[in-house]
Amino acid sequence: MVDVAFGPEQGQRPDLSNTREAYLDMVRRKRMYGGILLVLFVSLMASGWWLADRRNAGGFWDGLPQTLDFPAEVLSEAWTNRANLPGLLWKYVPALIETLNIAAVATLLGALAAMALSLLATRGLARWPRLIPVFRRSMDALRAIPEIVIALVLIYVLGGGPVPAVIAIALHTGGALGKLFSEVAENADLKPIEGLASVGANWSQRMWLGVIPQVAPNWLSYGLLRFEINVRASAILGFVGEGGIGYDLKLAMQWGQGRYDEVVAIFLLLFLTIVLIDRVSDHYRHKLVKGAML
Amino acid sequence: MTTAVSPALTDAVTRSFARRTRWTFAIPAAIIAYLAYAAISFDLAGLAQRARFDNAAILLGDFWSYKTHVTRDNRTGRLEVAIEGETKGTYPNGMLPDWVTTSGTTTTIDLGAGNVVTYDDAGARFVVPGYGTIDIRPVDGKPVLTAPAPIPDWISVDENKVSVTTDAGRFSYARSKVETFRYQPGWELWFFTLDSPFYGKSWGQLLALATTGDRIDPARSNLGYMVSEFWTNKMWRHGDVVWAIFETVLMAFLGTMTAALVALPLGFLAARNFMPLGIFRAAVRRIFDFLRGVDGLIWTIILSRAFGPGPMTGAIAIAITDTGSFGKMFSEALENIDEKQVEGVKSTGANSLQRARFGVIPQIMPVLLAQVLYYLESNTRSATVIGAIVGGGIGLLLTQAIITQKDWEEVAYYMVLIVLMVMLMDSLSGWLRRKLIKGG
Repeated sequence: MVDVAFGPEQGQRPDLSNTREAYLDMVRRKRMYGGILLVLFVSLMASGWWLADRRNAGGFWDGLPQTLDFPAEVLSEAWTNRANLPGLLWKYVPALIETLNIAAVATLLGALAAMALSLLATRGLARWPRLIPVFRRSMDALRAIPEIVIALVLIYVLGGGPVPAVIAIALHTGGALGKLFSEVAENADLKPIEGLASVGANWSQRMWLGVIPQVAPNWLSYGLLRFEINVRASAILGFVGEGGIGYDLKLAMQWGQGRYDEVVAIFLLLFLTIVLIDRVSDHYRHKLVKGAML
Repeated sequence: MTTAVSPALTDAVTRSFARRTRWTFAIPAAIIAYLAYAAISFDLAGLAQRARFDNAAILLGDFWSYKTHVTRDNRTGRLEVAIEGETKGTYPNGMLPDWVTTSGTTTTIDLGAGNVVTYDDAGARFVVPGYGTIDIRPVDGKPVLTAPAPIPDWISVDENKVSVTTDAGRFSYARSKVETFRYQPGWELWFFTLDSPFYGKSWGQLLALATTGDRIDPARSNLGYMVSEFWTNKMWRHGDVVWAIFETVLMAFLGTMTAALVALPLGFLAARNFMPLGIFRAAVRRIFDFLRGVDGLIWTIILSRAFGPGPMTGAIAIAITDTGSFGKMFSEALENIDEKQVEGVKSTGANSLQRARFGVIPQIMPVLLAQVLYYLESNTRSATVIGAIVGGGIGLLLTQAIITQKDWEEVAYYMVLIVLMVMLMDSLSGWLRRKLIKGG
């Protein structure tokens, strides 16, 4: 039992004839490692910030007093035009709905792909156990490609609009959810599947009737979390590419002064939507996961 | 097995079955209905018409091949051979690829497999095996075509321009110039550009030059010269690309770590068991919600107005957004700790700082590290997007290359690099997580 206390290092055992000395020695060594790590971390951070500051167009200390200038400018203009605000909020609701639609469709399609991929990549459940590494690596690859890369390339081929964003987010979602789904499915109870197999169910029936009911609450919870992430991603993709409220934000920003009330309206809509979705999904996720444990 | 079952129970079971059946059909039906609505609202039908599949062909072609333009100016007679038609890839005077030969005013371009293009004083000729000779002569400045009839559809004849598209290459004759494009696999000039003394040398020759050869530039060794030629390659800009990748990773690292450092003390203020003052706790929580709710996109826009484009702006934007996320997670982790350890430390007379250090931190460290490392990986991806907005890192290079709409080989190169970078960060964070959490 003594060995366990001194960690996994098998070869190096402290001299137990003098316990006090051995203990102090261990503490000293631990402190030294901790100290070295701390110094390393601090110097990495300091040099990193210094380098980032130097390669930035504007310096940190020059910029710091100006951080509030832009919000102040925007807000003051919006305040003088505050009568427009309700109208503007209403005006951008369709764009907001488009952004939400992009996120929802992408999450749905991605989750459907992830369901198939994850079951095919889970040990014990896979249809073709030899192909598990293939499906795993393909999920890794899907996860690794940032949405913006796919979106920009697809905009070139398919033209602007929401579809490139949907495809880009769906592909990424497929990879990201696939991994999480597969981790959940790994812990599924295999007995119902054996039962189904004994009555002659084929693979898809075993999965549909034996696995999905077990994992559905957790999968749904991950799906909701992903939807929340995808709403943000779809707003950003709109800003870089085309479609949805992000694009309108970019147009209003490029116009600059005179349309700051629109900027504020869009900011407000985005903020409220994200907070609302965050709250709702948090609530339901708690419910789902708690329900699953009962 | 004919036990009497109470009718109430049978009813209940039947009803529950019926409800389930309805749900099993209702949910897929709802999903399909929603997708159908989305297809209409996204105008899928219109998209099929707008889609430019020829663009996709160009893009895919550029991913694995390059084209060389052989252009003759018909007014001055000057010949120019340029890779991808770019100034950076133009062959210097007196240097030509081995499939282009000139003698006097005649230029012969061998496109392989018997396809030969000849430019001379009379005009230009393209010999296509299995078809015949396409002969073009200028008459009053306009190209006149002589070719075996019937003219196939891969030759397009305009009043001012004749173009020929074959598998071996493309050829076009206009009033001002005659051009031939030859497609070859690979990414040309990836190592050295044409003006470099090392261009076109084999690996063996390069090795010999680096180790035993005489100095090309007396001021420095051949190896150093080679490295600098590679690093400053004008076509592929390896030096800039490496810096850009580094900037992106730097943004993710600084942003994540700073957020974690700021969020940890704030997390204590938002945890019920460390901050008895309810109002204060709620205030800190609302700050977290605000930081998270104002999306990274908005922070990025606001900050880039103050600090200008660059990696620092991106790092601060990531730090601010993630402070909100980390704060929420850390405070939840703090609320779930085991109080017994803290009491134990307290019984030895530790003050509150020591209690936090020795009683609390060791408990939440695994959760904390796991989250920070996971965010580090995911922020590498976000930093690419943020870079495209604020103007820094590989995201900027990628968007610039895409906007020019012709350097698709560079787009492919950056995409490969981004995917490799993210995968590397993924495995690095996974490795660190296993190492730190299991070992700790």
